[in-house]
Amino acid sequence: MLYREAGQFKTSYAADQAIFPILQDRIALALLLVVAYVAVPLLANEYWLSTILVPFLCYALAALGLNLLTGYAGQVSLGTGGFMAVGAFAAYKLSTAFPGLHIVLVLLAAGLIAAATGILFGIPSLRIKGLYLAVATLASQFFLIWLFNRVPWFNNYSSSGVISAPPRAVFAHVFVTGPEAQPVGKYLFALTVVILLALGAKNMVRAATGRAWMAIRDMDIAAEIMGIRPLRTKLLAFAVSSFYIGIAGALWAFVYTGSVEPLAFDIDRSFQILFMIIIGGLGSILGSFLGAAFIVLLPILLLNVPGMLGLRIDVSTVTNLQSIIFGSLIVFFLIAEPNGLARLWQIGKEKLRLWPFPY
Amino acid sequence: MQFLYAITIGPVAQIVADPGFFLEVLVGGLLSGVMYSLVALGFVLIYKASGVFNFAQGTMVLFAALTFVGLIELKLPIWLAALLTMAVMTALAFVVERLVLRPLVNQAEIILFMATIGISFVLEGLGQMLWGGDVHTLDIGLPSGPLKFGPIEINKFDLVAALAAGLLVATLAVFFQRTRIGRALRAVADDHQAALSVGISLKQIWVIVWATSGLVALVAGIMWGSNLGVQFSLTLVALKALPVLILGGLTSVPGAIVGGLIVGAVEKIGEVFWGPAMGGAIEDWLAYMLALVFLLFRPQGLFGERIIERV
Repeated sequence: MLYREAGQFKTSYAADQAIFPILQDRIALALLLVVAYVAVPLLANEYWLSTILVPFLCYALAALGLNLLTGYAGQVSLGTGGFMAVGAFAAYKLSTAFPGLHIVLVLLAAGLIAAATGILFGIPSLRIKGLYLAVATLASQFFLIWLFNRVPWFNNYSSSGVISAPPRAVFAHVFVTGPEAQPVGKYLFALTVVILLALGAKNMVRAATGRAWMAIRDMDIAAEIMGIRPLRTKLLAFAVSSFYIGIAGALWAFVYTGSVEPLAFDIDRSFQILFMIIIGGLGSILGSFLGAAFIVLLPILLLNVPGMLGLRIDVSTVTNLQSIIFGSLIVFFLIAEPNGLARLWQIGKEKLRLWPFPY
Repeated sequence: MQFLYAITIGPVAQIVADPGFFLEVLVGGLLSGVMYSLVALGFVLIYKASGVFNFAQGTMVLFAALTFVGLIELKLPIWLAALLTMAVMTALAFVVERLVLRPLVNQAEIILFMATIGISFVLEGLGQMLWGGDVHTLDIGLPSGPLKFGPIEINKFDLVAALAAGLLVATLAVFFQRTRIGRALRAVADDHQAALSVGISLKQIWVIVWATSGLVALVAGIMWGSNLGVQFSLTLVALKALPVLILGGLTSVPGAIVGGLIVGAVEKIGEVFWGPAMGGAIEDWLAYMLALVFLLFRPQGLFGERIIERV
């Protein structure tokens, strides 16, 4: 009853092409933004901000990037961690080599460097696809991590191989990286970056670029016959996706952890992000966020449930149980809803439209 | 200049100067490649019969080895432990078929792949919960120590491992070629629908292939385990098996073996002769790079079915 678009007529092209054509969606989104920008910084404590929300935003951005590549353009990639590392190390090198460079420019440049790397490792996608491509992208994963581990130039010859983010401010004295940064500032900065990039992604996938990606994904030969150039489209998908993932990696290193070593971006990270988009929903912007939330929150929940129930289990059993439950849930989700949480959300919306009179 | 020399002429000069050492490295690489072959073999068996890219193969190796070691530590005789582990792996095959494969039939390849990653999480947790997460040493009395063959020296253990792998492959080949079930397996691998229409039960076949690759995993697990100790890093072997599959082709049993040997040899030679110039540990990615280059020229692998579609 509340969620019904009857009577909302579109009288201009602009209204027809709006991202959220339904009024209720716009209200919900505005509310969500108010909650994210006002309520959360006021209410959330430091633990929530810096160990749950900021990593969630980094994960969501990386998942978004991978979803553009895998969900929209249909190119499976297991190299996400490697590209995140490129973003992180590029941001580090840039900000230490040019101390005057603004943090936003550093992030953008790091994204561009990751994009260039993505194009390079995307070249095999022109000849192979599916699982073969997945293995080919593993090469980038292992090679990049090895590179950052072994070549001391990347971590400015630090003996531990760990890079630490130098303090940087967005505006004067509002630090978002380094020891002086407040969790609230970090959170708001990451939130703004993620929202702007998500907006960009949403617009990209509904425009010609995204349609070309989806055409390639659904049937590459047909797409080619319709005049979509596979070379350009696929490499563009790799570039844009790596751009997003690179910025996610830079945010991870600079805003979330503050100091990071290449191992933080190893193969497990790639799998984790792939999980997010599968569970969230392939080919859905919203799905990337839902999947990231699921994967970030589930382990925390599993870790705290025994304590809440008053059971005393030792830590190693908890981690093992956690991996068992996590694995079973993945299988369960794939069986119950192979199209992910985003699809559940869609079904929910359909139901809501008819509620309370389903006929 | 110095770097260029170190990665181009230097290693070659080194090889020419001491061909005996090169041969030794080569043989060592081939023998360690046998291990990759064993893991890759498990992948190929399942992929051929069910089209599932079984990411859990590496964890199955770990799980089988953990169960085996755990049973031996309970003072069971080796043959009984092996038998019981086999029973556990067969039970696992039944459970996987019933709970995972059957509900997911007809789903996209990537969904099945993800499901096997889920399985690998479950097995990882289960194995470590049952048998503990420490490194177990496994000693079933395999010979070890160097053996001289003219100028080159090889480890007896590697030789035994290679023999065991050879025996396993031969048994599997006979099983595939000579038995009724083997024929059914090959029929399913060729064409699911045709196999169904002549009355072969797909479900039964799936259980059989998963149990068979459980057996292969057990052999691989015993071999790796007695060499390096039964530990968590065994699952990483699965990732190394992926380039092996690319080289050999996803659907070819001989391909898995040859691919494993090539990867093992290239990795060792690269590490020993080219590694020092590039900062070491290049075997982490050399196999993948090899696969990547290979894919560009021959996407179907050495023995794989030719992929007609190309874009």
